[in-house]
Amino acid sequence: MCGIIGLLNKDGKKIDGSLIKRGLSIMNERGNGQGAGFAAYGIYPDFEDYYALHVFLDNMKEAKSQVEKEIERWGYIVYSEEIPTNDIRTFEREQIPYRYFFKPDTRKLLGHDFDERDAIVKMVMRINSSKAGSLVVSSGKNMGIFKAAGWPEEVADFYKIKNYDAYMWLGHNRYPTNTPGWWGGAHPFGLLDWSVVHNGEITSYGTNKRYVESFDYGCSLLTDTEVVTYLFDLLVRKHGLSPEHAGMALAPKFWKDIDKMPEMKREIHTALRLAYSSAELNGPFAILVARSGGFIALTDRIKLRPLILGHKDKTVFVSSEEAAIRAMEPDLDDIVYPMAGEPVVETLEVPL
Amino acid sequence: MNSDYTPSKYDVYVDPTKCRLCGRCIENCSYDVFRKDRDKILTYPNNCVVCHRCVSFCPANAIRIEKFSTPYRDHPLWDAEAKEDIYNQARTGKVILGGMGNAKKYPSIFDRLVLDACQITNPSIDPLREPMETRVYLGKKPKRLEFSGKGNDVELRTKLSPNIMLETPIMIAHMSYGAVSLNTQLSFAKAAKKLGTFMGSGEGGLNQALYDYSDNIIVQVASGRVGVNSDYINRGAAIEIKAGQGAKPGIGGHLPGEKVNKYVSKTRMIPEGSDAISPAPHHDIYSIEDLAQLVRGLKEATNWEKPVFVKIAAVHNSAAIAAGIARADADAVIVDGFRGGTGAAPKVLRDNVGIPIEAAVASIDEKLRKQGIRNEISIVASGGIRNSADITKAIALGADAVYIGSAALIAMGCRMCGKCYTGLCPWGISTQREDLVERLDPEWGSRQVSNLITAWTHELKELMGAAGINSIESLRGNRDRLRGYLLDENILKVLDVETVGA
Repeated sequence: MCGIIGLLNKDGKKIDGSLIKRGLSIMNERGNGQGAGFAAYGIYPDFEDYYALHVFLDNMKEAKSQVEKEIERWGYIVYSEEIPTNDIRTFEREQIPYRYFFKPDTRKLLGHDFDERDAIVKMVMRINSSKAGSLVVSSGKNMGIFKAAGWPEEVADFYKIKNYDAYMWLGHNRYPTNTPGWWGGAHPFGLLDWSVVHNGEITSYGTNKRYVESFDYGCSLLTDTEVVTYLFDLLVRKHGLSPEHAGMALAPKFWKDIDKMPEMKREIHTALRLAYSSAELNGPFAILVARSGGFIALTDRIKLRPLILGHKDKTVFVSSEEAAIRAMEPDLDDIVYPMAGEPVVETLEVPL
Repeated sequence: MNSDYTPSKYDVYVDPTKCRLCGRCIENCSYDVFRKDRDKILTYPNNCVVCHRCVSFCPANAIRIEKFSTPYRDHPLWDAEAKEDIYNQARTGKVILGGMGNAKKYPSIFDRLVLDACQITNPSIDPLREPMETRVYLGKKPKRLEFSGKGNDVELRTKLSPNIMLETPIMIAHMSYGAVSLNTQLSFAKAAKKLGTFMGSGEGGLNQALYDYSDNIIVQVASGRVGVNSDYINRGAAIEIKAGQGAKPGIGGHLPGEKVNKYVSKTRMIPEGSDAISPAPHHDIYSIEDLAQLVRGLKEATNWEKPVFVKIAAVHNSAAIAAGIARADADAVIVDGFRGGTGAAPKVLRDNVGIPIEAAVASIDEKLRKQGIRNEISIVASGGIRNSADITKAIALGADAVYIGSAALIAMGCRMCGKCYTGLCPWGISTQREDLVERLDPEWGSRQVSNLITAWTHELKELMGAAGINSIESLRGNRDRLRGYLLDENILKVLDVETVGA
């Protein structure tokens, strides 16, 4: 059991982190103090043209110099600093959260058949699988992931979440069974500007992992959620599917329903199931997947995990529990319970 | 004195206090074990193949068959089989033929793999109450999709290659008309049609009686090109080039002349009574590029409307061969493990050549994924699949579907006596003798086979549900849901499976 939460202001209005903290903390029943985290979009307007790399470092010596060597293979570090944190008496500081603002060097990409985002993916995969004492937590522009082992309030206070202003927030409260207490195992998971929070357990992980591996993604974080991030990056960024189609590929319609569809629609759903059969996610899940500009919310095909949305003016809230949404906004315009496996896509109504 | 005489293996005993002298045993035994001598039934057990036909049909339950062995001196190396093969070959100077699959006591990998189930952190899914999907498409899948338009006006731009659709991942393996009787093929065809799956024609052409079922038949093109013509390849739902067979890797098909009657002769387009021995290789495939030409030739001849499969025997380098097949425009690779059955094979090949299906499927799936061409081709596992657990494990190791051969025959009474090549099958299966063929009623046969596949599909759904999986795609290649029990490290590595407890 885990708790997931998110909010998006479609006008791009920034909201500070105290609201998402309040919502997530209502659901402490869904976690056990072993992991929590936040993703925030629009928080680095001064550095919006640079990739913000949030990194966990084991130490400020070898780990730091090694990760910088990897980063500088592809470009320049424009600015770097330790992520500001508070000392929290109740939990142990296992990692040093650090951030780099990075500009790829186009000259270093000459002669390669991939673009700068692929270079970032390669960089992240190399660092995260190297076991050299560092871990890239997020790597998108104008966004960042903040996570640790602890209760939501502790993690929020540790990272001074209330000091960040974002038009979109994701949050997660963890009840880990696989890797308790490990900071790297906390959600959200990120790659480029993707971030994913997930409640559930993916029974198709072995199939999904082997599928993304054949496209050069490496699963090194010992937990099933990681693979969801890579699946979205592959299907949406690399293959150009719409988020809706990606959602339909990951939680496909049942054949019995596809068989009854009108021809054009049937053709699309059949093609999605055929081409992306190894991307299908099985087992219970509710996920929120965000990237700059919006998010997609999705449950498994028989909705074995809860997912609720609520709207208030131009703000959309999403969570595992209605109580969490009401804690953030008591006076909602509506509450929506998405159908099993039905992707819900919410995006900014203004340009990024 | 006969120095090359080998003692009988069985004793056949008719209890005179029970026997009613009805003569059914005499009638039913095609191997002439029984004869009537005035008021009693005498037996000649040397001819017995333990097909159980007599036992099954004796109304008085008077027949008892027992293992009977005249002992040789015990010797761990020179056992009875080793010696008897020598007596046999010393007498005849010939290659020993055997039916059915590899009969050596190699350990089974399937029996040392265990499956997973969900508890607590994850609910298992009840197939009686929730949808559980076993539908499989065999054929090329696009690597990625392209769409045009936006919102509700989206159109798919990627063109899909022809696939065949199976409602269950279980197909019935190729057994030719000639090797088996027409009633056997009819039983399979009716079952395949009823279940929404497919049967293989084998290399023996397609008898007219099967035309009504051809939408559920995969037609085979083998090295003898027996029965192949334009009508034949266009009639099938898919075409399968047979390049190898698990029971006899490296050699072609073998149909003894005894089984070539006038009907078989007509369907196969060969003279009555002649041995039909297909060449070892296809004489137009001496290299991988030749295969690509044949695949494209067959596609051209069928207007690019039929998927073309290629069947190979599981041998040491089958993974590399499969990758070549994927690049030769084929739509599925069928890999036949060394336990695969046959009507007739040289015993020495049957028992000593090839590798287990488990290792072959795992290495082929792995190789195709590594090369990024897994979507180019489907993998069908065959050879020695005995139950729904084997099927589930084969799929978890990377197969899309399986063929069952021996199991389908056993469903219709086959006792695996291994004498298919004699043409005397008392169950009407691997024979062309009209009185024997009549014994197999295609209605009954198809019911038996379809019951078996239905039962196995139910069990597959139960196993998937226990593992928290509700569509077969999520089982395929999901080796994380397997564990090896007392398998050695090297095999675990090949299978990419962890040990129990890990």
